[in-house]
Amino acid sequence: MRKFLLHFTVILIGLTFLGRLSYLQLFEDSFEELSTSNAVKAVYDYPERGYIYDRNGALLVANQPAYDVMVTPREVRPLDTLEFCSLLNIAKEDFIKRYKKARHYSPWRPSVFVAQLSKEEYASLQEKMHKYEGFFIQKRSLRSYKTRSAANVLGYISEVNDFEVGKNPYYQSGELIGRQGVEKSYEEVLRGVKGVKRLQKDRFNRIIGPYKNGIYDTLPEQGKDIHITIDAKLQEYGQMLMNNKRGGIVAIEPASGELLALVSAPSYDPAMLVGRKRSKNFTKLYHDTINIPLFDRGLKAQYPPGSPFKTLNALVALEEGVITPEETITCHHGHYYARGQWMGCHCPSGTRNNMNKGVHQSCNTYFSNVYRRIIDKYQSPKVGIQHWNKHIESFGLGNFLGNDLPTGSRGNVPDSSYYKRMYPRGGWQAVTTISNAIGQGEVLASPIQLANMTAAIANRGFYYTPHIIKNIKEMPIDEKFTTRRRTTISPENFAPVIEGMHNVVEKGTAKIARINGIEVCGKTGTAENFTIIDSLRTQLTDHSIFVAFAPKDDPKIAIAVFIENGYWGSRWAAPIASLMIERYLTGEISRDHLEERMLLGSLEEEYKKPYSGQPFEINQ
Amino acid sequence: MSVNSTSILQRIDWLTILFYFLLVFMGWVNIYSASLNEEATSYFDLSQPYGKQFLFIGMGIVLIVLLLSIETKFYERFSSIIYLISLASLLGLFVFGKTINGATSWYGLGSITLQPSEFAKAATALALAKYLSDMQINMQELKHQVSAFLIIAIPALLIIPQPDPGSALVYGSFFFVLHREGLSGIYLTLGFIAIALFILTLLFGPTYVSIGLLLIVVSFFSWKKRKKKRLSALPYLGTLAVMTAFSFSVNFVFNNVFEQRHRDRFNIVLGKSVDTKGIGYNTNQSQIAIGSGRFSGKGWLEGTQTKGGFVPEQHTDYIFSTVGEEFGFIGAGGVVIVFVLLILRILKLADRQKTQFSRVFGYSVASIIFFHFTINVGMVIGILPTIGIPLPFFSYGGSSLWGFTILLFIFIRLDANRLNEWR
Repeated sequence: MRKFLLHFTVILIGLTFLGRLSYLQLFEDSFEELSTSNAVKAVYDYPERGYIYDRNGALLVANQPAYDVMVTPREVRPLDTLEFCSLLNIAKEDFIKRYKKARHYSPWRPSVFVAQLSKEEYASLQEKMHKYEGFFIQKRSLRSYKTRSAANVLGYISEVNDFEVGKNPYYQSGELIGRQGVEKSYEEVLRGVKGVKRLQKDRFNRIIGPYKNGIYDTLPEQGKDIHITIDAKLQEYGQMLMNNKRGGIVAIEPASGELLALVSAPSYDPAMLVGRKRSKNFTKLYHDTINIPLFDRGLKAQYPPGSPFKTLNALVALEEGVITPEETITCHHGHYYARGQWMGCHCPSGTRNNMNKGVHQSCNTYFSNVYRRIIDKYQSPKVGIQHWNKHIESFGLGNFLGNDLPTGSRGNVPDSSYYKRMYPRGGWQAVTTISNAIGQGEVLASPIQLANMTAAIANRGFYYTPHIIKNIKEMPIDEKFTTRRRTTISPENFAPVIEGMHNVVEKGTAKIARINGIEVCGKTGTAENFTIIDSLRTQLTDHSIFVAFAPKDDPKIAIAVFIENGYWGSRWAAPIASLMIERYLTGEISRDHLEERMLLGSLEEEYKKPYSGQPFEINQ
Repeated sequence: MSVNSTSILQRIDWLTILFYFLLVFMGWVNIYSASLNEEATSYFDLSQPYGKQFLFIGMGIVLIVLLLSIETKFYERFSSIIYLISLASLLGLFVFGKTINGATSWYGLGSITLQPSEFAKAATALALAKYLSDMQINMQELKHQVSAFLIIAIPALLIIPQPDPGSALVYGSFFFVLHREGLSGIYLTLGFIAIALFILTLLFGPTYVSIGLLLIVVSFFSWKKRKKKRLSALPYLGTLAVMTAFSFSVNFVFNNVFEQRHRDRFNIVLGKSVDTKGIGYNTNQSQIAIGSGRFSGKGWLEGTQTKGGFVPEQHTDYIFSTVGEEFGFIGAGGVVIVFVLLILRILKLADRQKTQFSRVFGYSVASIIFFHFTINVGMVIGILPTIGIPLPFFSYGGSSLWGFTILLFIFIRLDANRLNEWR
């Protein structure tokens, strides 16, 4: 015992140490992370974000440099404070306050002293910067907008939030990410890939050299420039026409599915969301629940499509063979579609409408009957509505279009299961769903879906998925945007409907949309709509809707215009669509008086009604 | 052929020397890493710690040749004189000492500094070996116990006020030697109980410790009483009173005599306070460095914590954390094993000595290296309080390296001569 006490103790201590080491080095994992986080610093090299051009090569979004004056308090040496303050345009008290704040944050780490200098301030400061040890200028890149319109299309960039940092390991807190529009949908293309330099830090958080001689470092990859399909001039013009109105304009090139204009009103100047005023302006826009300027009405708003939807019912009826273009249906200023159920129409009593006239006079009676024939062709309304639904959905309605913009809405095209939910005990008939005949009721569509539907009609039976990307430098665009998508309607069935749409403009409900020398085909719509005021369902002034394409035999543009509470189709939507078409096809406007009326016209009074707290009249 | 005529090189214990050079070499490799900075020019840059350490090692080899060539009798005959010179050098510090980091422990000779307390250990070991090897000395006798204790305590008492309590604490290791040479086990038992009571008092406070002691003593007494009816309770009560008093006095000393920094160090190790910024910073950072090394380490010169200088005093007292970070569990565990093997080897050699002088000296060498190793590594891996003493052969510093070299090689020289001794 006496002899081996020390031997025993030595071995015991040795084993204790090995046990402790195995705990520290083999079983406890937290030390590795702690080590990396306190000894290695990653410095990122951010590539310049890609520029955005319009379809004609006009620059829409570029970058502008911004300069921050940074300070590392520990490195500051006595300086001529007075001169420095005058260069920065700050008071001496301010200087002391800012310096204290920076010191409080960290004496070792640089922090922002004065943010976002103007170019002039930067120029005069730069020459003298060497005199002020501990201060340096850090360049940052901000977006610079060359257009005042298309904010909804372009989107904006802002700092990532915690959720995004957690979801996507690429982003670090404080980095920028695209939001809305193409900034969001082409984020990865525009952004490029940041480069990283890993640096070894010492215990004072000072950089002492590259980590592992830079073997983990990467070079930044430049962001790519993109061209979008928008025609900036047309977009700007659309925006002007929508002044003091709410709604959306979507214009598509039928031959390619390219979006020529995507106007949402009210909108905002994209430059509002850049620079020092960004967060204040964003809060203002975000909390504007009356105008909801951040809401892209062209993509997201869902409205009952109204009469333009009748063209689809006509096409389905021809395809299903339940009517011929020549067959007439008599309208008695309306009709009873079921016992005691009257549907009004504006045709004079006794009017005999064939398909052409039914379309250009927008006869409710004609389309109610056509719709009933479609549904009743099959053994049950359930089967009938499934066939009808299949045809309608082949025009891109009732689901997301799959376009390359980050928002959208499904819209709605009811099918049998939809009515099963609505009428769980069954018993619904064609007449129960008769509103579908005239685009009211359960059918909902967004302006872009209506524009796409119009493009499909213009193409006589096919469309390309609408898209915003024209080309990306050195990269092909997604194949799905160059693949034709066929509707279920045979091409020969389009002629009578298109003739009808042509007559809408020539002699029908939208003669105001007629343009000399251009064969325009269109269809007006007037959609009832409701809101809830003081928990009461209240009807508001009808929406004004117009879809059109032109020229008739070689369509270059298909357009859908939606004006909220615009009374009726030909009052606002049809003239605006017509002006857009003329502007796009000829580059000028021949009807100055019409243009002036549209530019100056305002519906603000109409929009104030529901908020007035007073009883109000609609459609006056 | 006489045994005496064989070369010393055939008689010295090469295994011990192998361990020695292994530790010295690994020490230098780690000092290089821990003290490397961007101004480094060559491996032997004399303005840098690793360059100086290289020089120290070279001079250490000269010292080894010298030590091995001196006759064994010299160490025995001159042990008292060496001891006295050593005491004088410690005393001289009060007059000529140079203060570094608040401790007046050095003599400054130009750019070189010497720390006499590192050499005093060897001198004390020689003196103790000389005293105990005297035929008339019997460790059972109190008079001799006191003399032996004084030989140990005098240098320790001279070192404490430098102040360098860590180095003084090392003299406690001689109790292992005294115990081996016949000192009653009661001292070690008492020492062990005292340490246990000390830690328990700090952890739970004197009141709970007293209650615990009362329960233990009462149950022990009643258990004894069953066997032996007539048992006096007095010794048991006395023991209880002494231990309770000790516990309370520990509490008093800890809270009133110790300085706050000492209290902090104990509290951190005992887990009573968590502190990663102030005094606990050292221990925390050294554990991060070691823990981040994982199984095989980050590789030589690749340790991020070492490069960043996060661990203070890394090339001296905290050198073991570099081993842990850059060479991982394999490296750190390997160093622990080499130390254990070296100490066991010295003990084995000591036990085969034919003279008591050599045996006592061997035990002293093993005990001192063991004490340093335990306290230093225990501190770096966070299971003992922060006590700044170097890791033998490993830590940067000429005095420390030479002190241990002298200690070890005197013993190797003595061991090489064991066959010539007939006494």
